[in-house]
Amino acid sequence: MARAAILGRLAPVRWQLGDVVELVEETPRVKTIALDLPDWLGHRAGQHVDVRLTAEDGYQAQRSYSIASAPENDRLAITVERLDDGEVSPYLAEELVVGDKLELRGPIGGYFAWDADDGGPLLLVGGGSGVVPLMSMLRHRAARRSQVSARLLYSARSLDDVIYRQELERLATDNLEVLYTLTRAQPPGWTGYARRVDKDMLEEVAFGGDHGIAFVCGPTRFVEAVADGLLAVGYAPERVKTERFGPTGG
Amino acid sequence: MEEEDLKLDGNAAAGVLRELFSFELTTARGRCDNCGAIAEIGAVMVYSNAPGVVLRCPQCQNVLMRVAADGGRYWLDVRGITWLEIHA
Repeated sequence: MARAAILGRLAPVRWQLGDVVELVEETPRVKTIALDLPDWLGHRAGQHVDVRLTAEDGYQAQRSYSIASAPENDRLAITVERLDDGEVSPYLAEELVVGDKLELRGPIGGYFAWDADDGGPLLLVGGGSGVVPLMSMLRHRAARRSQVSARLLYSARSLDDVIYRQELERLATDNLEVLYTLTRAQPPGWTGYARRVDKDMLEEVAFGGDHGIAFVCGPTRFVEAVADGLLAVGYAPERVKTERFGPTGG
Repeated sequence: MEEEDLKLDGNAAAGVLRELFSFELTTARGRCDNCGAIAEIGAVMVYSNAPGVVLRCPQCQNVLMRVAADGGRYWLDVRGITWLEIHA
């Protein structure tokens, strides 16, 4: 006898194998892995997957990676930054080839997620590879032709470290502004920000009125500094969603 | 590496919580049994460098929840949470 479905109850999240169908070198340290997943049930922008590698002797290592693709895209994509002393990311960024299989489960999470129907205005603040789940939100916003006003403030060490740069240029429109702050090196003639994100910068990029909603993703210290800054600017605590990357993310 | 760098948030516990609960727990609100602060689980502090995963109150650092898993068994300690409000 079938049991009555309970609203909101989630199916068990199972490990599944995906086929690697494309690899894109985003920067010298960052690669996007596109996967064909026959059993994928869809995701929300901002969610992540757990990736599991198993060695021949049975040893397993597991890491979480944000989903970079939009829910509307045919293929699931994750973007991985290689951490030199990492256990998983060097394999994903250097050894994985098209045609390989990759074991993962997901989608995971729900707190750090945005649907076009959630509205805005939408302020996205990313540090380094913290831009990945924010990119999923921007791709989702574009796929849905959402008119929600959005701004991305993206902190990177240099212009060469910026992930998705060409696509972000294409996505930028009247109601999507993309702002960079380059903290270590700036190209000649750079007129953008060139320092760590601070309260003054956030005051300039924050939306007026009731501010809307903000998503902040990056290394722990970055996220805490930005979240504190947004509260100082007047954002409501429950409207500032954060996701911290840890040193074990490798 | 400093203590501050090891601090994550509830998003990092989402995977293990999905193994145990059939509802999304990072969007559930919980009350800290020590200080009474109420926060979404996604927004609490998480340390995953211990054996298992430790969730702490962002206001008073009280341990809200501990989850450990080993060979098909789980240990779940929720003594630091008075209640959870879960969205169905």
